[in-house]
Amino acid sequence: MKSPHDLVRLIAPVVVLAAGLVLWEAIVRAYDIQPYVLPSPLLVLKTLVNDWGVLSQSLGITLLTTLEGFFAAAIGGIALALLFNQSKWLEYSLFPYAVILQVTPIIAIAPLLLIYLEQQTAVIVCAWIVAFFPVLSNTTLGLNSVDRNLAGLFQLYGASKLQTLLFLKLPAALPYILGGLRIAGGLSLIGAVVAEIAAGSAGAGSGLAFRIAESGYRLNIPRMFAALLLLSLAGIVIYGLLALVSHLLLRRWHESALGKES
Amino acid sequence: MGRGATRGAAALNNVKSAMVDSRAPGANAGLAVRLRGVTKIYDSGVAALGPLDLDVVSGEFVALLGPSGCGKSTALRLIAGLAAPSAGTVEVSHHGAQRRGSHSIGFVFQEPTLMPWATVRDNVRLPLKLARATGGDAETRIDAALDQVGLADFARAYPRELSGGMKMRVSLARALVTDPDILLMDEPFAALDEITRFRLNNDLLALWRDLHKTVIFVTHSVFESVYLSQRVIVMTARPGRIGAEFRITSPEPRGEAFRTSAEYAGFCREVSNALAPSYAGQAGA
Repeated sequence: MKSPHDLVRLIAPVVVLAAGLVLWEAIVRAYDIQPYVLPSPLLVLKTLVNDWGVLSQSLGITLLTTLEGFFAAAIGGIALALLFNQSKWLEYSLFPYAVILQVTPIIAIAPLLLIYLEQQTAVIVCAWIVAFFPVLSNTTLGLNSVDRNLAGLFQLYGASKLQTLLFLKLPAALPYILGGLRIAGGLSLIGAVVAEIAAGSAGAGSGLAFRIAESGYRLNIPRMFAALLLLSLAGIVIYGLLALVSHLLLRRWHESALGKES
Repeated sequence: MGRGATRGAAALNNVKSAMVDSRAPGANAGLAVRLRGVTKIYDSGVAALGPLDLDVVSGEFVALLGPSGCGKSTALRLIAGLAAPSAGTVEVSHHGAQRRGSHSIGFVFQEPTLMPWATVRDNVRLPLKLARATGGDAETRIDAALDQVGLADFARAYPRELSGGMKMRVSLARALVTDPDILLMDEPFAALDEITRFRLNNDLLALWRDLHKTVIFVTHSVFESVYLSQRVIVMTARPGRIGAEFRITSPEPRGEAFRTSAEYAGFCREVSNALAPSYAGQAGA
């Protein structure tokens, strides 16, 4: 399994990262760039450690928002897709609006939401709006890609609508749903961040994006970078977790989760 | 006679009965399937089938042979109730007391049509699960069905871990688990290599002898139809009608020796000759 090729794939990006950081550090030192213009990587790391109290609290708040938005998107997206699957009328009536909601930039909607909703609610709604569409469209695609003969078999054996849904449509759609959720995870983080930024200094919340905006006003650039680093890490962890869940659920049967050699 | 006695419009227009098995009219006892004036016209206006009259006696092994697109699969879907005829009647008999999870028809598709997310055992369990038949009795029946197709050792495997022939066996076990009177098979072995197909042919014949099922077997292989069935029905090109009918009178049990016999070759030649116009008509149309 561990061929030299695999090793290279693992090491190459790490080498690039290390080289980039060293170069960055070297440039900052060589040209004596001030921290309020561009902090060195080491300073960012130091800030991360020193400000951990504030930053970790903000991280928790942003993660919670993201999680709430994600679950709302997952439940809403899947439920809506199921409804559309049961009733064509409902699909024809509502789907265009789901598309409109999706194609209108969230950054433009967020300020409006902040006027009409409480800030915490608005942030979750933002996360939901950006994240629910991939779940909806992927689930719809999955529910519609059931094997025709298998559907015939269910019909032959007199399966009820509920049985067909539970034993045929949902399992067949599962790989698609999981694909949608993987996209939704990253998007709900983006939605949360956008809403926090839009709320800006007026906001009472103190998520990571709020910290970035606030640090920007105060020219605390190292902290901006530290918060950005945490956001990035959060996104990676969310994606990794969802990919892991997807792999665990599909590894026994779906092509996407099987190794190349099998 | 049961379900679907009046399925579709019961307009029996222009019933052509020349090719029909000459059985006394009304003598329905012993008939497993009875089609009268059945036609199928798709929404696009294409006439796929008929008018078709067909009687299949209980316990008979009938092969429907014809070129691609002659409507033989459509005929099977009509019998299964997966589609409704545009005209005519489809009658399918029910026998004996129905226990929970029993079903009068078993269907085997051209592809294995298995649920990739379920184990072999769960795939075979499906018809019972849909009929809400559970517990020890159901498990016994699943074991029996897996045993019949020789897959007892693979109950916990997933479909992707099996070869094409084994997947087809799972599909067959799933059709058998409800103990159907009638087994409908739609070119089930067409995609398999020859050795595997011969093996499955023999296993299917053994099952048919042991279990006394009525089998309607759709195929485009002359050799397969003659080898397996008691009666070969040759269908014409679209819209599919009965072009000719042959009784394969060779004694049971048939085995590999039959495959190389002069008798077998003779039947194959006759059936091939009868099939030729179907292809000529298709090319000239």
